Amino acid sequence: MFPTTRRSVIVALASDDDEERRRAFDTVVALYWKPLYKYLRVARGREVADAEDLTQAFLAKCFENGSLAAYDAAKASFRTFLRMLFDRFVANEVKASLRQKRGGGSVQLDFIDAEAEIAREHDRGGTPEDYFQREWARSVFAFAVERLREESDPTRFAIFEAYDLDETSGDSYRQTGERFGLSETSVTNGLAAMRRRFRAIVLDVLREATASEIEYRAEVRSLLGVEV
Amino acid sequence: MTWLSDNAVAHLRAVAELPDFSGTRYRLDRELARGGMGVVYEAEDIELRRRVAVKVLASELASEDAVERMRAEARTIAGLEHPGIVPLHDVGMLPDGRLWYAMKLVRGRRLDEVHAATPELLRVFLRICEAVAFAHAKGIVHCDLKPENVMLGDFGEVLVMDWGVARAQGANDSLVAGTRGFMAPEQEQGEAALIGPSTDVYALGAMLRAILPAEFPRPLAAICAKAGAAAQRDRYATVRALADDVSRWLDGQPVSAYRENAVEVAGRWLSRNRALVTIVIAYLVMRLIVILWVRH
Repeated sequence: MFPTTRRSVIVALASDDDEERRRAFDTVVALYWKPLYKYLRVARGREVADAEDLTQAFLAKCFENGSLAAYDAAKASFRTFLRMLFDRFVANEVKASLRQKRGGGSVQLDFIDAEAEIAREHDRGGTPEDYFQREWARSVFAFAVERLREESDPTRFAIFEAYDLDETSGDSYRQTGERFGLSETSVTNGLAAMRRRFRAIVLDVLREATASEIEYRAEVRSLLGVEV
Repeated sequence: MTWLSDNAVAHLRAVAELPDFSGTRYRLDRELARGGMGVVYEAEDIELRRRVAVKVLASELASEDAVERMRAEARTIAGLEHPGIVPLHDVGMLPDGRLWYAMKLVRGRRLDEVHAATPELLRVFLRICEAVAFAHAKGIVHCDLKPENVMLGDFGEVLVMDWGVARAQGANDSLVAGTRGFMAPEQEQGEAALIGPSTDVYALGAMLRAILPAEFPRPLAAICAKAGAAAQRDRYATVRALADDVSRWLDGQPVSAYRENAVEVAGRWLSRNRALVTIVIAYLVMRLIVILWVRH
C-alpha cells in the first residue's frame, strides 16, 4: 500500500537510495498497473495472455533499467509519459522474449480481478488516451477509497460506502440513521466529514503521483475540475 | 480493491469537487446548477436547520475581478427585497479565495420548462414585470432576463433569479454580458451608456415571445414587437407600461401597441359581452318564434 509520506514518488524514482527507489516504484506500479493492463485489453484490443505478459514485462523492464527516472516534468504529465513509454514498449517488444521477464516489483498484479472489472459495463468511448485517463481516475479514486477505509471508523465508512459507492442504495439519511442507530444529523455530519477526508486523500495521492507543482495542479484540475 | 463503476467515479468526482465549507454553518450536499460565474449547490444551514442554495464562484474564475463581480451581485440581490426576487441570506469567502453566498432554495420549475395556458403564462409574466419594475425603481437593470432565469415555486412563487450581470443604471464599465436572443441591440453592441430599463423591456418582449405558444393573437404579437423594437425610443418606456398593455389584453380591452380594425373591435366587444349578447339573441329568437306562430 502507499507509503505514509506525502513526498512525490515520481521524484523518488530517481533516488540514489535503493530502498526509497523500490518503494516509489511499488507505488507507481500499484497505481498504474491496472490502467495499463486494461488500456491494452480494451483500448488496444490485446488478448488476455498478451496483455498480462506485456504489462508485467514492461514493469519489470522499467524497474531494471530505471527508465521511469528519465521523466521530465517540463515536457508532459507523468501519466502521459508512462502511457507513451508503454505504447513504445508494446510496439517494439518481441513476443518471444516476453515470458523471460515477468513481474511488477513486490506488488501483486491480480489480472483476474482486472478482467472482472473489464467485464462489467463501463464507458469505452473516446480515444485510447481517453480510456487510459478514465482508468487512471478510477485507479486514483479506488486507492483513495481504500486508504479512507483503512483509517476510518467502520460505521462512518459504512455510511460513506452506502451513500457514495453503492448505486443501488436508495436509503434516506433517516433510514440510514435507523440502520446504524444514529440520528439523521449524525449521519449527515459524518458523511460530510468522510467526503472532506476523501477529497483530502485524493489530493494526497495526486501529490505523491506527480513530480512538480505545475503537474500536480494540472492533474487536480483534470481529475476534479478544481483549482488548488 | 473496491470496484468503482463509472457512475460511482462520477459521483465521487462530484463529491470531491464540493468546496470545503467546514467551519461555516453550511453543509453542501449536491450540485444544483452550473452557470457562467459559479456553481449552485443545495445545502443545509446547520444553525437554522433549513435547506438553502449556496452559490460558489467557479474555481477557474477565482480572480480579484470575478470576486468583485460576484460580491456586487450579492449586494445587488441583498438590496432588492421583493417577493419576486430570490432573497439572499449570507455571504462569505472560502479559504481558497472563492466568494460564496447563501440564498433561499427555490423548489419548482424554470419558466422554460412550464407548459400552461396563455392567460396563466401571462399572469406569471406580469409577476416577473413587477419584480423587474421594482429593481428599476432601485436603479438596477437585470440585463439577463430569459425564461431560464425565472423560477416558479411549487406554491405559486415567481422568482427572478441570476442577477450576475445586473448593473446600476448609468454604469459605464466596459463589461457587458447577457444571452444572445434576449439581448437588446445596445447591449449586444456593448454600448454600456445606453443600457437602461428599456434594455430589460427588450428582453421581456423576447421572453414573452418565447413562453407563448407558436400561434398567438395579433395584439399580443404587437406587444412583443413593441417591447422588442430595435430602437429604444420605439419600445415601451417602462416595464410598467408593458405590463399594463398585457393586463389590458387579459381584461379584453384594447392594447396601446395594436390598432384594431372594426371587425376586431366588434369581435372583442362580443367576446367581453358574451352573456348580454346571448340574452339578446335568445330574446330575438323567441320573438321570431312567437310572430311566426301568430301569423300561422
